[in-house]
Amino acid sequence: MSKTMNLTLHVWRQKGGTDVGGFETYKAQDISEHMSFLEMLDVVNERLLADGKEPIAFDSDCREGICGMCGMVINGVPHGPNAATTTCQLHMRHFNDGDEVTIEPWRASAFPVLRDLVVDRGAFDRIIQAGGYISASSGSAPEANGLPVPKADADRAMDAAACIGCGACVAACPNASAMLFVAAKAAHLGALPQGQPERWERVKKMVAQMDAEGFGHCSNHYECMAACPKEISVDFIAQLNRDLVRATVVEREHEEKSGGAG
Amino acid sequence: MAIQLESKAPSGPIETRWDRHRFGMKLVNPANRRKYKIIVVGTGLAGGAGAASLGEMGYNVLSFCYQDSPRRAHSIAAQGGINAAKNYKNDGDSIHRLFYDTVKGGDFRARESNVHRLAELSVNIIDQCVAQGVPFAREYGGLLDNRSFGGAQVSRTFYARGQTGQQLLLGAYQALARQIEAGTVKSFPRTEMMDLIVVDGVARGVVTRDMVSGKIEAHLADAVVLATGGYGNVFFLSTNAIGCNATAVWRAHRKGAYFANPCFTQIHPTCIPAAGDYQSKLTLMSESLRNDGRVWVPKSAGDCTRDPAEIAEKDRDYYLERLYPSFGNLVPRDIASRRAKMVCDEGRGVGPEVDGVRRGVYLDFRDSIKRLGEAKIRERYGNLFDMYERITGENPYKVPMRIYPATHYTMGGLWVDYNLMTTIPGCFAAGEANFSDHGANRLGASALMQGLADGYFVLPYVLGNYLASAKLDKVDEGHIEVKKAVADVEERIEKLLGIGGDRSPDSFHRELGNIIWNNCGMARNAKGLEGALERIPALREEFWQNLKVTGTGESLNQTLEKAGRLADFMELGELLCRDALARDESCGCHYREEHVTEEGEAARNDADYQYVAAWEYTGDVSKPALHKEALEFEYVKPVQRSYK
Ligand SMILES: Cc1cc2nc3c(=O)[nH]c(=O)nc-3n(C[C@H](O)[C@H](O)[C@H](O)COP(=O)(O)OP(=O)(O)OC[C@H]3O[C@@H](n4cnc5c(N)ncnc54)[C@H](O)[C@@H]3O)c2cc1C
Ligand code: SF4
Ligand code: FES
Repeated sequence: MSKTMNLTLHVWRQKGGTDVGGFETYKAQDISEHMSFLEMLDVVNERLLADGKEPIAFDSDCREGICGMCGMVINGVPHGPNAATTTCQLHMRHFNDGDEVTIEPWRASAFPVLRDLVVDRGAFDRIIQAGGYISASSGSAPEANGLPVPKADADRAMDAAACIGCGACVAACPNASAMLFVAAKAAHLGALPQGQPERWERVKKMVAQMDAEGFGHCSNHYECMAACPKEISVDFIAQLNRDLVRATVVEREHEEKSGGAG
Repeated sequence: MAIQLESKAPSGPIETRWDRHRFGMKLVNPANRRKYKIIVVGTGLAGGAGAASLGEMGYNVLSFCYQDSPRRAHSIAAQGGINAAKNYKNDGDSIHRLFYDTVKGGDFRARESNVHRLAELSVNIIDQCVAQGVPFAREYGGLLDNRSFGGAQVSRTFYARGQTGQQLLLGAYQALARQIEAGTVKSFPRTEMMDLIVVDGVARGVVTRDMVSGKIEAHLADAVVLATGGYGNVFFLSTNAIGCNATAVWRAHRKGAYFANPCFTQIHPTCIPAAGDYQSKLTLMSESLRNDGRVWVPKSAGDCTRDPAEIAEKDRDYYLERLYPSFGNLVPRDIASRRAKMVCDEGRGVGPEVDGVRRGVYLDFRDSIKRLGEAKIRERYGNLFDMYERITGENPYKVPMRIYPATHYTMGGLWVDYNLMTTIPGCFAAGEANFSDHGANRLGASALMQGLADGYFVLPYVLGNYLASAKLDKVDEGHIEVKKAVADVEERIEKLLGIGGDRSPDSFHRELGNIIWNNCGMARNAKGLEGALERIPALREEFWQNLKVTGTGESLNQTLEKAGRLADFMELGELLCRDALARDESCGCHYREEHVTEEGEAARNDADYQYVAAWEYTGDVSKPALHKEALEFEYVKPVQRSYK
């Protein structure tokens, strides 16, 4: 009833951060078209284990496209051939019997490889720590409906907040820039009235941290949006750039008002 | 050695219990808080919100999670929404009504005082989340929107598209990030808790494994909070994330924390069925689909492999509409789930055969598409239909969906008193990891509420009270109990690596899951449970003789991680069945086939079983001791449910 296929996989294997790593070839046999890509790898891993070998390490958790844990470059494309789809939601029916499939980790100096297909995305956490929040300590909140938010603003905030922090945008960018990720968070919080008091400081701090982490600069290739499983729009990058300009003006005005910094 | 179970629940008028209790609590002076170290394991709604709030207060917090970032805890996957008694719709909601619905929904197996506190705090949660920038759905006027959910008669569910859990978790994660930057919280991602450190009967730390380097380490503190989520993965297949595990709570149990009501597990009726024996997890689809879809299977088993479009109306069995004419396809979760199992057991299931049985029923939109048009259905369920098609490759506008129930939530968990403290002083449990608020059945949109209530508004008080009253001696790495805990973990890892058998962790886990699912899933009976109680210890023995793990302990080793978690599920699984056997009544999700009303529904036995079953580890996994916390219902009178 359901189709099965045989594939040849070329998988990046690397024992640890200091190991050079390289491709190994594996046969993936009798793969059902209804398997997810990660289930196909599970099957390959069970066979490796049975042969006394170490399974291919890869990250995944929710396996339903929301936690942002999974991610690999499949035939040169982050998260593989399907638009708006995380690796865990990609199914084998999009492949054919006899296909050769190359599988690599995210490649970016700010995301060092830990093992095989597993990378360290701690840089994303540090960008959020630098300012990707609204300061509202527990217990200090006013009544929720005391602050109406125009539906259009709330919707725009939600569009941006849909980012799952997977890092595919960085992997897709020729400069390994994190602009789409940063812009999404800045746009989410910047679209809401609650986010205004810290808006200008926030964008400056997040961008400064992004630079410090060694991500590249955005030169408007827009590969990020094509790879993004949540279809986060590059319009948010334009917004971030405008906010950055404004942030400098605000800073200058503030300095003038307070008598200047010197 | 048995500990007397003291719920510490306040008495007196229920509306003021939490207020009065809080007033009686000891406080820690702000200037002194920095001197107290608190370990919070878990960064989901409960742990993330708890660690952030404690950091804001000035405590010295260590936060752990097994994912690569605290933002990925499984709370992120919740779709539907979060309840709160705001009564924004002016439709008669109130704190008392939410309290009443939750006690009744839990089939009278939860503590009234805890549930009332939860209902009170629900209101503050929404305020807190909005202040943090959680983009809840809004009406055109800019005010917050609500919908009704899970059979509630009022609209009290707040939501952020189909990503409510994600947005609430990102709110907590961002608050946590702010504290990490401020230096009050230290974050340890990719760090798994392997054991609890107990010194002189009091929780003083955890032993962890760095999942990248393999390093085993002791972290010491003045209190430990376990907010490590549910144990649904004991069934292998569930809607939980692959990594969800019971290791933290199980290790605490083995060190003296009682485990309460392990057999109260919830099955969700509308999940995408397993496609084959390689299936790694199951995906939930919103229950709202049952509003417009009609559930059916063929009348005759011979029709099960036919194209459903060719099966005539007279040959279809719309069994929910037939059995429950007034509720039809909208019967509660547990009933819909059980009936699906029954028709599949009769051989009338549809879809692919997995392990020799077709486990699926149709959820058919043909009639509503005819009535309302495809555009209307697309507007209502477009996202869900797309998700279904992505996973199954079938177009549900043309072919009926196939659904089947799956394990989704665990009401049981570590026993805690009103202060969320387990039977080990200094060890607290929050969120899905504790047993406290949902009784034998959880209502939709109430788990997110409980996680955040525990994290933002209960932990900050109860920890202060504990720390201000506890007299703790200094403990360092050289302490014999600390060294022993570390050595035990190292030895256990060595043992797992050294078995040198033939079977993978996954193959054992699938077998364990099958035993439990078949005997302690949607329907349970003494004979099946007794069988499971023979098979699980035997499987556990085989596991320790025939497990195969390659690689080493000193590196990132996912096979080793799975093996360690599974070793604990092998023990918890047995307790689950033992609890189900001991609870010789039906209630909520616990459906004992011997105790069924004339209408085929769960028959409670309040005279004998109106208690919380709290199990003590005695040193022998197969011989736990049962302790009972009697439940009293002063405000909500126990009644029998009926949905005919
Ligand atoms: C698919 C799905 C949909 C749902 N939808 C809803 C809904 O609409 N409304 C609702 O109210 N509820 C819903 N629920 C239930 C709800 O999401 C969960 O009950 C709740 O989010 C649990 O939160 P938590 O903080 O207790 O645990 P989790 O969010 O599961 O977090 C557990 C944390 O513990 C950590 N951890 C676990 N073990 C260890 C260890 N050994 N060492 C270190 N760290 C560890 C993890 O890393 C993680 O950070 C849904 C659940 C599922 C599965
Ligand atoms: S912007 Fe898109 S690709 Fe980048 S981290 Fe967010 S979800 Fe992933
Ligand atoms: S595993 Fe969670 S998004 Fe893929």
